Amino acid sequence: MTRRTTASRRRSLAAVAGGASLALLLAACGDPDGEGGVAEPDDMGGDMESSIDCAAYDEFGDLEGTTVNIYTSIVEPEQQTQEDSYDAFEECTGVEVVYEGSREFEAQLLVRIQAGNAPDIAYLPQPGLLNTIVSDYPDAIVPAPDATVANVDEFFSETWKDYGTVDGTFYSAPLGANAKSFVWYSPSMFADAGYEVPQTWTEMLDLTETIASEQETLPWCVGVESGDATGWAGTDWIEDVVLRTAGPDVYEQWYTHEIPFNDPQIVEAFDAAGEILKNPDYVNAGLGGVDSIATTPWTDAGFPILDGNCWMHRAANFYQTQWPSGTEVSESGDVFAFYLPTDQTDVKPVLGGGEFVAAFDERPEVQAFQTYLSSADWANEKALATPEGGWVSANTGLDPANLQTEFDQLAYETISDEAAVVAFDASDLMPGEVGAGTFWTGIVNWVTGSSTQEVVDRIENSWP
Amino acid sequence: MDWLLTPGTTGEKFAVMVVAIVLFVAVMSLILFAVDRPKRVPSWVVALGFVGLPLGFLAFGLLRPAGITLWNSFFNRNTTEFVGVDNYVRAFTEPQFQKVLIVTAAWVILAPLLSTLIGLVYAVLVDRTRFEKLAKALVFIPMAISMVGASIIWKFVYEFRPDQGGIQQIGLLNQVLVWLGLPPQQFLIGQPWNTAFLIVVMIWIQTGFAMTVLSAAIKAIPDDITEAARLDGLQGTQMFRYITVPSIRPALVVVLTTIAMATLKAFDIVRTMTGGQFGTQVVANEFYTQAFRQNNQGLAAALAVMLFVLVIPIIAYNVRQMRMAEEIR
Repeated sequence: MTRRTTASRRRSLAAVAGGASLALLLAACGDPDGEGGVAEPDDMGGDMESSIDCAAYDEFGDLEGTTVNIYTSIVEPEQQTQEDSYDAFEECTGVEVVYEGSREFEAQLLVRIQAGNAPDIAYLPQPGLLNTIVSDYPDAIVPAPDATVANVDEFFSETWKDYGTVDGTFYSAPLGANAKSFVWYSPSMFADAGYEVPQTWTEMLDLTETIASEQETLPWCVGVESGDATGWAGTDWIEDVVLRTAGPDVYEQWYTHEIPFNDPQIVEAFDAAGEILKNPDYVNAGLGGVDSIATTPWTDAGFPILDGNCWMHRAANFYQTQWPSGTEVSESGDVFAFYLPTDQTDVKPVLGGGEFVAAFDERPEVQAFQTYLSSADWANEKALATPEGGWVSANTGLDPANLQTEFDQLAYETISDEAAVVAFDASDLMPGEVGAGTFWTGIVNWVTGSSTQEVVDRIENSWP
Repeated sequence: MDWLLTPGTTGEKFAVMVVAIVLFVAVMSLILFAVDRPKRVPSWVVALGFVGLPLGFLAFGLLRPAGITLWNSFFNRNTTEFVGVDNYVRAFTEPQFQKVLIVTAAWVILAPLLSTLIGLVYAVLVDRTRFEKLAKALVFIPMAISMVGASIIWKFVYEFRPDQGGIQQIGLLNQVLVWLGLPPQQFLIGQPWNTAFLIVVMIWIQTGFAMTVLSAAIKAIPDDITEAARLDGLQGTQMFRYITVPSIRPALVVVLTTIAMATLKAFDIVRTMTGGQFGTQVVANEFYTQAFRQNNQGLAAALAVMLFVLVIPIIAYNVRQMRMAEEIR
């Protein structure tokens, strides 16, 4: 009873009056508008949060007053929306969730594990990192609890579950998902110039050629600078093209190293991407020559679109949060995105990514929180707590109507499309030496002058 | 006794405080009581009493980790398997790492020589002029800026924007180029000059240090020497060549070696400005990349050991020069 009272702290009167079972019923089926007595109109952490079913956490016992520490690479501005989405769980169980975001996460997490100071929960941005942790620190990481596994079986596809599985043991439930196959553009610039959104890769190349010949400005803007992770944005470009020129099957053989990195099909994909990326007539709009791709921060690379200096910028769905405040992201606004088209007719490849929840402790509150994060409740809470958009999940329990922006709904449609083949970011699946090392530097060398063959040969040689 | 380790209430915390104070007083009185007891203490006991604790800390905090690093450098990436000198072989034979060594060598040769030279000439030029204080302060200020801060400042100086309609240059150097009618340059990309542009930052910082130390040394040259030289007919550059430089030789050596060591450890500038891309990687940054990005502990340890070995001759030379200077005196 104590916990139930906490659960509906704000409606304790109702709970007491109606008895525990009624409170539970309200909590489970509660219509947010029906509970409008709480005067917090815009605050998503307000009356909405009690809409989750607290009974799911009964099996973990009384958790009142306990604490769960999270360590993650997700920092401001997304940090706030993450924290807001935990409110419902905190209200339910009385657990305090302590959030710590760091830009040095990838380096520091391993240091913390080595030092015996691992967080309770870490959000791993790459399955490759999960593999490293499981093989190097098998004693530190703990498998996902049964309740979490049940949630993942219910709400996620088999593929997503596989990314969190190492050697048959399931460790990490997926958290958020990224859809990376998008091209940002200015709908008004396209309309004024009389351009249509291209439906195939060939159409897109034709449009590129048309813009290059008709317009003063260059068609594409690209940037891959990202501190000591410089290059990753370029690997996404290549991966998207591999999916389109070689297809999803070759793509899988590529990251599992069944075919070498310098396979002719991969070289072909690099060259297909190079038709745009290494063509000084096509890039780098408003930013410089081809080599300026290497020095332009990925966060700023799309901004020339806003000044009318650039026409197209390929970037993931989370680029939505990078636009300067005041930019209207919609089909009738300043910027919007279209699906990076393909000439394939049988499949519609979508390059994806995501974070995974790894636990380093088996305390019941940690397991309860893992279970919450893998539930449909959390996905919906998170969607509601993200009014600015820029977040989707592969959780099938997510109600798309809860996604707050037009673009997020497009991103969700794109990854949940029947024809879509969602392929996980290959550089995140390759061994760290390649996926977070030579592939990145290879991209930098490639755009600053090295030939495709030199680059792929060097990456192949570095494969452990 | 649980409350002693994890005091919860205010009362318990006070109790812990009292216990701590009592312990402190007890230990102190024991020491004070013991100090006066024996009349004749062997001098090694006194010496041990004074240096024992610091030596213990040094052994634990410096020698032990150094030993562990050395040990790890003979193991594989997660230090589970002995691989002999493989890591060192890799560091010396793979083209990627050879490049790093060459770039590091360029740093260690250019940065100390140039900053010492510029600092020395500057110190001589402003010596006993009217603007001496102001001129020295101007060159010394960069010393007070952190490496990362200086790198960010210079990154802005080198910043590149294309020469297109509607685009404003924001980098100082490229704006100057555009004013002169030249195309803007990607200073941080073009090899091998980008390394030179990074070394400029180090020189900018270290010249102030060189200038200050050397200026003090110049002022310490006894007036009778300079006067005698002048009577013998020495002037201008000859004075500089035969009197000033030999007189301040010990100071020159100290400055050169100190800057050389600082340069070997150059990490912040490279990491902040290029992240080691575009062929500007140096050993110190490569070591960080291997340890924390690539998670290759063995190779990282080997690189750290190499860095340490490279510093040894510089320190040895420094110590020898100081000994010689003392003997002359």
